[in-house]
Amino acid sequence: MQASTKPELSVNIVTNVTTPAARETAAALPMRMTVSKVNFYYGTKQILFDINMGIADKRVTALIGPSGCGKSTLLRTLNRMHETVNTSRLEGEILLDSQNILAQDVTALRRRVGMVFQRPNPFPKSIFDNIAYGPRINGYKGSLADIVEKSLRNAALWEEVKDHLHKSAYELSGGQQQRLCIARALAVDPEVLLMDEPCSALDPISTAKIEELMVELKNLTTIVIVTHNMQQAARVSDFTAFLLTGQIIEFNPTPLLFTTPGDPRTEAYITGRFG
Amino acid sequence: MGRRLRWRRFVSNFMLAMTGVCAGVSVLVLFLILGYLLFNGGTSINWDFFTKLPKPVGETGGGMSNAIVGSGKILLLASLFGVPIGFLGGIYLAEFSGKGTASVVRYAADLLNGVPSIVIGIFAYSLVVLPFKHFSALAGAFALGMMMIPITLRSTEEFLKSVPRMLREGAMALGASKWKTIATVIVPAAYRGILTAILLALARVAGETAPLLFTAFGNRYESHGFSQPTATLPVMIYTYAVSPYEDWHRQAWAAGLVLLGLILIINILARTILSRGIAVPRS
Amino acid sequence: MPSAGPVGGSRSFFSRLRDGDEFARLVTLVFAATVVLITAALVWELWINSVLPRQKFGLHFFVTQTWDPIMDEFGALPFIYGTLVTSVVALLISVPLGIGAAIFLAELAPPSVSDTLQFFIDLLAAVPSVIYGLLGVFTVVPLMRTVIYPLLNKPFGFLPIFKGPSYGVGFFTAGIVLAIMVIPYIISVSREVLLSVPRDQREAALALGSTRWESTWKVVVPFARTGILGSIFLALARALGETMAVTMVIGNTPKIAASLFAPGYSIAAVIANEFTEATGDLYLQSLIALGLALFLLTFILNGLARLLIVVTTQKGSGVAA
Repeated sequence: MQASTKPELSVNIVTNVTTPAARETAAALPMRMTVSKVNFYYGTKQILFDINMGIADKRVTALIGPSGCGKSTLLRTLNRMHETVNTSRLEGEILLDSQNILAQDVTALRRRVGMVFQRPNPFPKSIFDNIAYGPRINGYKGSLADIVEKSLRNAALWEEVKDHLHKSAYELSGGQQQRLCIARALAVDPEVLLMDEPCSALDPISTAKIEELMVELKNLTTIVIVTHNMQQAARVSDFTAFLLTGQIIEFNPTPLLFTTPGDPRTEAYITGRFG
Repeated sequence: MGRRLRWRRFVSNFMLAMTGVCAGVSVLVLFLILGYLLFNGGTSINWDFFTKLPKPVGETGGGMSNAIVGSGKILLLASLFGVPIGFLGGIYLAEFSGKGTASVVRYAADLLNGVPSIVIGIFAYSLVVLPFKHFSALAGAFALGMMMIPITLRSTEEFLKSVPRMLREGAMALGASKWKTIATVIVPAAYRGILTAILLALARVAGETAPLLFTAFGNRYESHGFSQPTATLPVMIYTYAVSPYEDWHRQAWAAGLVLLGLILIINILARTILSRGIAVPRS
Repeated sequence: MPSAGPVGGSRSFFSRLRDGDEFARLVTLVFAATVVLITAALVWELWINSVLPRQKFGLHFFVTQTWDPIMDEFGALPFIYGTLVTSVVALLISVPLGIGAAIFLAELAPPSVSDTLQFFIDLLAAVPSVIYGLLGVFTVVPLMRTVIYPLLNKPFGFLPIFKGPSYGVGFFTAGIVLAIMVIPYIISVSREVLLSVPRDQREAALALGSTRWESTWKVVVPFARTGILGSIFLALARALGETMAVTMVIGNTPKIAASLFAPGYSIAAVIANEFTEATGDLYLQSLIALGLALFLLTFILNGLARLLIVVTTQKGSGVAA
C-alpha cells in the first residue's frame, strides 16, 4: 500500500481506523467520494446510522457485513438508486469530487457513478446494443463500434464475443452476461463503479474471472464493492468497511482489517462466529 | 452537454405527463358514459317504465315491463344451463382429471370464450330455433348459457385448486371419501371465488344483445313460458335507439341506465367480495 | 363404513362406486365433456350450414364485391373490408392511448392509485356493446358530423381517406366507438405485462444515466413488447367480433369506399341486420359462412395473443441462461 506523494482531496476518514499508520496511509490518498454524517430511513425505520467514510480514488473499497447490515443500502445511496423507492429518506452529505451529489441532477450523476447488479441483467437487445445504450442516450457523436470494442476489452469479454456482437445478450452464459453488464457500465466512462455482490449468482470460474478483472479495472475507475464473501473482499479490495446493523464498525486498509481487526465484532465476523 | 441533458429531462417529464393524460382520458370515458345515461335517461325512469307494456308504434308513453321480465327469465334459464356445466366441469378439472383431458377441456373452454357473440347466436339458432321453427326464450337462454360456461369453468377450477392442501388432507385423514371432501370442505372453502365468477359471468351475458337477435328475437307483448319470442332489455334498447321516434329514444336511455346500473352493481359487488375474501393468486 | 384396502386403482370399480367417488368422477366428467361437445358442435354446425355458398362460390366468396340478395349474388368483400378498416382505425386510436395509460399505471402511479384506476378500467370493460352503441348514435355521430368532419375535411379533403360528405355514421365513427371499447383490454393486459418486467431492468437503465422516460420507453417497454403485442391481438379479436355498437353507427351500406367518412358494413353487422330477413337458403347460409369466417379469424388471433402473453410473463421470471 503506497502512500501517494501528492494528497489532493484528502479528507479525514472514519475515526474507527485504529492505527496511526493506517490512518495516515488512508488519509493521504485522494478521495473520489466522501460520505458524511449519513442517516438513511425507509419510512420511519432507520437503516443507516451516522455513516462517515471516504472512497479512495482508483482503489477498490469493499463493504462487508452480515445480511441486513445495510451494506447494499449504503452502496445504492452512492448513485441515488435509493430514490426509486418512494419512502426512502437520506440525511447527510455525499460528495463526488467535492460536489454534493444530492444537489446535482440525478441523471448526470448516474452517468458518472455506474452500477453492476447482483444478477446479470442485460437488456433484451444484442450485445452491441446493450453496450451502445449508454453512449447513445448521452448523445455520443463518435464511433459506437470503437466504444463497444473498448468496453468489451476492458471487461475481458472482447475475444469471446467479437464475432457475435449482433447476437442477443441472452445467448451468453451467466458469467459472460455479468461481464457484459460490466462492459455496459464502463461504456459511459464512469468515475466510480458500484458493484452489488456481482458474483453471488455466478459459478466459481466466472467469479474468479471477474475478480481478476476488478484488479485491472481499478486503473480505469474507482470501485466500491458489496460482498458477503469475505475471502473475496480480502482478495480484491484495498480498503474494507465492516458494517453491522447499519453502522460502520470498522474501516481499514484490507490487510490490516483481516489480520489485525481493531474491533472484537469485526474479528467475530471474519472468523465466522456469526454472519 | 448541459443543453442536451435539459432537453432529455424535458422530454421525460413531458412524455410521462402524457401517459397520465392517457390514463385520465381512459377513466374519464367511464364517467362520461354514466353521466350521459344519467342525464338523458334519469328523468324517464319512473314506475311506468317498470310496470307498463310498450305502447303501439308512434304513441308515447308505456314502459318495458315485458323486456325486464323477459331478460330475467332468460338469464335465470341461462344460469340453470351454463352454471352447472361450468361448475361441475370445473370440479372435474380440479379434482379428477388427468393432464391430457384437462388441457383438452380447457382449450375447448377458451375457444368457446373467444367466439364472437353473434356466432354463438347463429349456433343457438341452428340448434334450437330451426328444429322448432320459432324464436323462443329457450333459444336465447341456450345462447347466453353457453357464454357463461367458460368463465364459470375456469374460475371454479382456479379457486378449487387454490384451496390449501392442508384442508384437503385433513378431511381425507379423517376418512372422508373424495367426493365428500370436495362437497363438504373444498367447495365451501372456495365458494366466495366461485360465486363471484358466476356473478361476473351473469353480468357479462346480461348485456349481450347480438345472440338474442335471432334466438329470443323480441316481442311487443308479454311472453308466457319459454317457447315464445321474448322481449329483452338489450334488444329493446337497440330497437328503440335506431328507431326514428323521439319518445323511444328517451326510453332507450332509461333502459340503458337501468341495464348498465345493474351490470355495474353486480361487477362492483363481485369484485368487492373477491378482494375481501380468499387470497387470489396475483401475478 | 369405508372399505379398507389399498388406495387408488387397485380397488374394484364397484367398491369405489359405492363410496361415491367413481360416481362423482363420472358425473363431473360428463359435464366437462359437454363443454368439449358444445364447442365441437358449434364448429360443426357452422360448417355444415354454410355448405351452399361454399359449393356455389368456393373461395371466390371472399373476394367478390357484390352483395345482392335479389340476384343471389353473395360476396364477402365489402364486409371484410369494413371489418378490417374499422378495426385498424380502432387500433390506431386505442393502441397509443392504451399503452400510454398502461405505462402510467405500471411505472408511475403509486400502487393504490394504479389499482383504483385499474378497477375503473375493468368496469369500462364490463359496459355492454349496446350501451356503447347507444352513446355512439347520440353522441359520437353528431360529434363526427359537427366537429370531426369539418376539422378534417376542410384542410385534408383532397386525400382519399378524407374525401366526400359525411352523414355522421361511417367507418370512422365505428372505428372511434370500437377504439373506446377495446382500450380497457389493451390497458389491463399491458399493465400486467409491464408490472412483470423485473425491477433490475429499469434500475440498470437508470444506473446508466437514463431519464425515467428513457428507461421506460427504451428498456422496460421493449422487454414487454411481446406481451403488449398480445394485448393488441386480443383487442383486435374483440374489435373484429363486435356487433351491436358497430351496426348502430357504421351506416349499414355494403360498399367499399376509400373515404373514412363513407358508410360501410362489417361482417358481424350484416349478420345481425339481415339474418332474420334472409329469404332462401343461399342467403342465410351465406351469412352463416360469414360467421364461420369471423370465427376462424378470431380463433387464430386469440390463440396468437395467448401465446404472446404467456411468453412474456414467463420471460420476466427467468432471464439469465
